Amino acid sequence: MSEINSIISPENIVYQKTPLLTDATMHYCPGCSHGTVHKLLAEVLEDLGLQETAIGVAPVGCSVLLYNYIDIDWQEAAHGRAPAVATGIKRLLPDKVVFSYQGDGDLAAIGTAETIHACNRGENIVIIFINNGIYGMTGGQMAPTTLPGMKAATCPQGRDVSHDGMPIKISDLLAQLPGTCYVTRQAVHTPANVRKTKKALRKAFENQMANKGTSLIEVVATCNSGWKMSPVQSNQWMEENMFPMYPLGDLKDE
Amino acid sequence: MRELKLMKGNEAIAEAAIRCGVDGYFGYPITPQSEVMETLMDQAPWKTTGMVVLQAESEIASINMVYGGAGCGKRVMTSSSSPGISLMQEGITYLAGSELPCVVVNVVRGGPGLGTIQPAQSDYFQSVKGGGHGDYKLITLAPASVQEMADFVELAFDLAFKYRNPALILSDGVIGQMMEKVELGEYKPRWTNEYIEENYPWATMGKKNRERNIITSVQLEPSVQEAFNHKLQKKYRECEENEVRYEEYMCEDAEYLFVAYGSSARICQKSVEIARSKGIKVGLLRPITLWPFPTKQIAHYADKVKGMLSVEMSAGQMVEDVRLSVCGKVPVEHYGRFGGAIHSPGEVVEALENKLLKV
Amino acid sequence: MAKAKGAIVVDTKACKGCGVCVTACPTKVIELAAEVNGKGYHYAYMANPDSCIGCANCGIVCPDTCITVYRAKADATA
Repeated sequence: MSEINSIISPENIVYQKTPLLTDATMHYCPGCSHGTVHKLLAEVLEDLGLQETAIGVAPVGCSVLLYNYIDIDWQEAAHGRAPAVATGIKRLLPDKVVFSYQGDGDLAAIGTAETIHACNRGENIVIIFINNGIYGMTGGQMAPTTLPGMKAATCPQGRDVSHDGMPIKISDLLAQLPGTCYVTRQAVHTPANVRKTKKALRKAFENQMANKGTSLIEVVATCNSGWKMSPVQSNQWMEENMFPMYPLGDLKDE
Repeated sequence: MRELKLMKGNEAIAEAAIRCGVDGYFGYPITPQSEVMETLMDQAPWKTTGMVVLQAESEIASINMVYGGAGCGKRVMTSSSSPGISLMQEGITYLAGSELPCVVVNVVRGGPGLGTIQPAQSDYFQSVKGGGHGDYKLITLAPASVQEMADFVELAFDLAFKYRNPALILSDGVIGQMMEKVELGEYKPRWTNEYIEENYPWATMGKKNRERNIITSVQLEPSVQEAFNHKLQKKYRECEENEVRYEEYMCEDAEYLFVAYGSSARICQKSVEIARSKGIKVGLLRPITLWPFPTKQIAHYADKVKGMLSVEMSAGQMVEDVRLSVCGKVPVEHYGRFGGAIHSPGEVVEALENKLLKV
Repeated sequence: MAKAKGAIVVDTKACKGCGVCVTACPTKVIELAAEVNGKGYHYAYMANPDSCIGCANCGIVCPDTCITVYRAKADATA
């Protein structure tokens, strides 16, 4: 035990909470991917020295209170409107670093028009897109990205594609637009994936600093409460079911 | 140097915006107000004052771009006409709920639905009674001339920033499309970021040497939401106390009163003259602010006149506020053509005779 | 080369017991406690401290950022 005590000393720290994360306890369910992505976002902003220039746009959905957790300036957008709000901020303050953080319902259903047109104009912003295939905040209803056959509160027998259509692979659509410079799909369920997502986020913000256009980071994520599984089971289910529909990797990197 | 020009009301809005140092305009084309953005794009102020002008993909996007810019303490605006303003209601209530100043211009056309592209005044309820959800108010200015279209841009921004609340310029297709002589103000510089940070410390401009700023309208705790709503209401009462604006025309000896705003007020000026030539002593009270409404001044006339006629190009909307001001002391009637039709001065006098004099 | 020596400190009040760190640990150091914290979660703890190599995988995957990871400097453990 004394050996452990000698290891636990400030000079030996190899991993700790970034000061950009506030002390507020996140309201998310245990194991929620949001917390991991929030942390990466805070770490990247800290690494790039962007605390004083970053302005974030929070969405409507589970991450509506995101502004409580990262110590930068924030604006809270109406549901789906984050890319339009981010456009307004970036156009008026082009020297600031602006990003939106949105879920699948926000980005790929109610805010599809705002998303597509912000990307098409090549707004010089970063869009972080959390795709867990479900509406978490309102109680697990079907999302535009819900998998065929996947059960949700508004498709309790499973998504019937003859009735509801196929899930929308919005990142693939957005990669087609000339305004996007970087579109990638990542995950945060393993240490290796977390490291990759962090690199992708870093690249996205560096793109903005280089005025390259819109960068979109999709994170295929879990919603263990909505999926009705344990966090560890959710990670496994995501690998087996979500990844075949939403394969990880870069869709565009220019 | 002040400059005299002949121009459309819509063009005057755009010219005035550039000259008074507006930072950004976001809009979407719709008749009868497309000249606002067309004029801005033609003037290309981003090359001169640095003003941002962007054609958005929808009115929904426009108003949310305004939200983003307003959250940074910038003077940003949008314009549209009735169906487009309906689409903006979500954004407007979020702006009010987040206490963001901005200017929205509505060049009203006839409704409901897609309606007509001809002028109307049937968006009064939407403008002053809510429009979007929740307990909020819009500071609403009603210009009656091309000159006022120009002048009210800066006034609307001043009021919006004074009260941290969206301000609406409620015009109509007549004022937007007609050409008049207008005296344009001098070019004023846009606010610097330093000026904004010093005077509007709530603006999100990057967290530097202060706590982080959060622009939001979410208050999940009912006690916090209630306290916030009390704060809003207090602000609205102050606005009602300080910002009522109206104009009187031949009211001193009036036995009857027209209450009319915008293009209807212009028509009623002529009606006053016609009526007086027939021996009917009538005056005109023109509310310039529709909210806050000139309740006290109308109540004052309730003790002096025999009746009032609310003249509006609607099926009768402002008439409700006139009646509330009068408290039943004298009869208050409504007259107006609507759905894109415009009443003539003679029709207004005839309505006065039929509805108030012959009873 | 000697195996690196590490240790973790879990903020047991903040831990929600999701168990993601347990699976992420390559040397099976972490388990969920039989007891619960103030929120009713079986918090993570270092069950096999001697196996910790200070790789930080647990900290990296923790959604609530409640694990601080330490690794002794090479010369101290050589």
